[in-house]
Amino acid sequence: MRSKLFALSAAALLAAASPALAEGELNIYNWGNYTSPDLIKKFEAAYNVKVTITDYDSNTTALAKVEAGGHGFDIVVPTNSYVPVYIDKGLLLEARPDQMENFKNVSEQWKNVSWDKGRHYTVPWQWGTTGMAVNKSVYSGDVNTSAIFLDPPEELVGKVNVVPEMNDVMNLAIFYVGGEACTEDKTVLRKVRDLLVEAKPKWLSMDYGTTDKLSSGEYVATVNWNGSTFRARLNNPDVVYGYPKEGYPLWMDSVAILKDAKNVENAKLFMNFIMDPENAAMISAFARYANGIDGSEAYMPEDMKTAPEIVAPKESAAAGQFVPTCSPAARDLYTAIWTELQK
Amino acid sequence: MSDIPTTNAQTTNARQLSALEVRAERERIKRNWLLSMPAMILLLLGASGPLLIVLVYSFMTPGDYSGVIWTPTIKAWFQIFFAVDIFDDTIGLADAHLTIFGRSVRLSLITTFLTLIIGLPTAYFIATRPGRQRTLWLFLITIPFWTNLLIRTFAILEVIRNEGLLNNLLRWLGVIDEPIQILYTDTAVLIGMAYVYLPLMVLPLYASIDRLDFRLVEAGYDLYANRWQVLRRVILPIIKPGIIAGSILVFVPSLGAYVTPRVLGGGKHMMIGNFIELQFGQGRNWPLGSSLSMLLLVIVAVALIFYVRAANRGGSDEQ
Amino acid sequence: MSSKPAKPFSIKHLPGFTTIALGCFVLLYAPIITMVVYSFNSGQSVALFEGFSVSWYFEAAKNELVQEAALRSLIIAACASGIATVLATMAALGTTRTRNFPGRTFIYLMINQPLMVPEVVTAVALLIFFASIKVATGYSGLAYLILAHAAFCVPFAYLPIRARMEGMDMALEIAAADLYATPWKTFRRVTLPLVAPGIAAGAMLAFVISLDDVIITEFVKSAGQDTLPTYMLGQLRRAVTPEVNAISTALLAVTVILLTAFFLLSGRNSPAGK
Repeated sequence: MRSKLFALSAAALLAAASPALAEGELNIYNWGNYTSPDLIKKFEAAYNVKVTITDYDSNTTALAKVEAGGHGFDIVVPTNSYVPVYIDKGLLLEARPDQMENFKNVSEQWKNVSWDKGRHYTVPWQWGTTGMAVNKSVYSGDVNTSAIFLDPPEELVGKVNVVPEMNDVMNLAIFYVGGEACTEDKTVLRKVRDLLVEAKPKWLSMDYGTTDKLSSGEYVATVNWNGSTFRARLNNPDVVYGYPKEGYPLWMDSVAILKDAKNVENAKLFMNFIMDPENAAMISAFARYANGIDGSEAYMPEDMKTAPEIVAPKESAAAGQFVPTCSPAARDLYTAIWTELQK
Repeated sequence: MSDIPTTNAQTTNARQLSALEVRAERERIKRNWLLSMPAMILLLLGASGPLLIVLVYSFMTPGDYSGVIWTPTIKAWFQIFFAVDIFDDTIGLADAHLTIFGRSVRLSLITTFLTLIIGLPTAYFIATRPGRQRTLWLFLITIPFWTNLLIRTFAILEVIRNEGLLNNLLRWLGVIDEPIQILYTDTAVLIGMAYVYLPLMVLPLYASIDRLDFRLVEAGYDLYANRWQVLRRVILPIIKPGIIAGSILVFVPSLGAYVTPRVLGGGKHMMIGNFIELQFGQGRNWPLGSSLSMLLLVIVAVALIFYVRAANRGGSDEQ
Repeated sequence: MSSKPAKPFSIKHLPGFTTIALGCFVLLYAPIITMVVYSFNSGQSVALFEGFSVSWYFEAAKNELVQEAALRSLIIAACASGIATVLATMAALGTTRTRNFPGRTFIYLMINQPLMVPEVVTAVALLIFFASIKVATGYSGLAYLILAHAAFCVPFAYLPIRARMEGMDMALEIAAADLYATPWKTFRRVTLPLVAPGIAAGAMLAFVISLDDVIITEFVKSAGQDTLPTYMLGQLRRAVTPEVNAISTALLAVTVILLTAFFLLSGRNSPAGK
């Protein structure tokens, strides 16, 4: 009897709780530690919408989850190289942000991009680079090289972390051996594979959470993104960001609406919302990456205008390249190498 | 509702009596099955049924990023053991998989062994406490058992990290100058698993020692055996079922461990559980994830059969 | 063999065992106690104890994500343990104190199956199974989580109930039948009150188990469906904050309270008194 009453009242509680959660919702699927809480609060207040944010740590995980279906998300924020994959699979809603009110604020260079011609599907979120983050009190040598993780100097052996973001790691390694982005050249890839496998025992770990761990000193060197390193440096002045001279990837993350989204209207409101300069500045101020909206500089924190993580030094600027979407064959090869690396 | 024997069966006719009995028997079986049905259905939907789906998926072709394409193939099973080298197209052993499997089995065995040598004296200690005190000790060993796995892993993380309790203690004692990097190594995973599964070893051992008749021990001493001999020749053989139960209870979960290696291993020391999860994410190979799961299940089933056999044999060996 | 007459020979004493046992308890509790102590640390660092403060508990309580996750955990645990206990009671009624019948071993196997299958495998199986249902029906609410939790809670509810029933004397129920009580009435007035402690114990165990679950919830959950353990797992992968300490201690307190109740209830185990 008691347990039946128990079950009944619990069910009633559940039923009561559910409607309250269903009204005016927006479910965002984004990278971890990447969304400004202030931005969300502002959006929630402006449109009376309840926002939930779910984290993912890699593009592949996100795509796998979205493709599997039944996820419940409305918005996803993929990196540029993955956007065509999403579009080809029919996973994105053609939301036509280029026809939205705030689209005029998007910087010219980001208005028409190779991965989303005419911006029919996505809106810029943030963009940045991938490089090395090193604690200079432990290692004071040259940080502008991928050798930090591919052939660690003595002081850093056994202390380097590598973020398990396949694309970034593979690209850095490919550039290091002199290959081209999206190469399918097996000799190059063999060198890459051997290099990575040989370097792995010298790594500390392959994990995320770099911002906090760099700040606390738990990581003294890691493959990292520029904004994350910037934030770590604000907490721990010993952190420096290196632009690998062998070549480093440039990327942009964009906001897209999923085709099976349940809250399409709210998602469109959000898309328009973040194209406003003031709001774009909020996004950047939190994660410390550049955004693609004109006029946002006026609202961004001062230090972002001169920070070495945002404004690449002249000698390093040339080595950066935007990595396009690789062919399925290339992607399969990279996945195979990546899996081998996991042991 | 128990089997209340109907004492009202007055009929003296033997044939009628047995017909009644037969019907009563069938009623009983039907009733028992009906009562168990809801639980079975729930478990079919929420546990066993999905396992069958995994089995089916293990024979399919991987979809691009997720899911499967309904083209049967045994490639996923082949891939567990063999890998086609990406560059020369030669078929060799799937090094990565076998390393991970090997690591999982190795760490699980060591964990079992560690928990056994620590757990046995502990269980013995609890079992030899007098009355009320014993309940207290039991309570104390049960709390970690029921504490959230994540919390226990987190607690151990706090202890072994570079600024954690262990390193601070060693530095304070002057044994080391720089913190030892324990975290993100195989050792960290080992320490974590031993810590997390220790109560699982103690409880069955305790149950076994609790039933030990100490008169046999006394007899051993009367026959001029020393303590070591008594332990080896009298106590251990009798509590063998407990040892086996505890070992299985530690080995099986540690083989399938997921949270502990994920938190303490830093992504570098994958165990089979993590590797299976990888196939449903970055690995993009659901069929392989499914076949690996099935293989894990088979290993566990074998271990369990072994346990049941040994437990039964142990029972018949007693006196 | 001692020739010293003074110390009595204890047949139960084995050298070193007590030391190891006590050492084991210390080892088991040291990390937990450290965690509890540091949850009251006023400072941010987990290495330095700066002063006593309950600020982290307030931080955690104020955190909306924590509130939601906690509420969700409680709702799921309550529903799952409720369902599991009811079904387990019925199954126990059908399988205990009765002569063997065809298929009883099969029922045992089914009911205890979650105990024998590694959680990761079940999690993967449910992920696949539910994914297709979610796509087909478009429903992605809490029901999946409750179903999954209820399923693996059943064996935990079943075992104490069964243990209790086995220890019960059928004489009372036979007496009731002799007094012309219908089977239903016998159940309601005689059996149920007697099994009640076992049912309560089973319900509590199921509740704790559901509250604790990490892996299955992590795999099965949809957007914004974090439970307290999955929230903590997410936090743990980024940084170790004292907030996680505070939440862990709070969860630990709940477990201890429930376990104390369980122990007290089980103390009055045999219905006829020891």
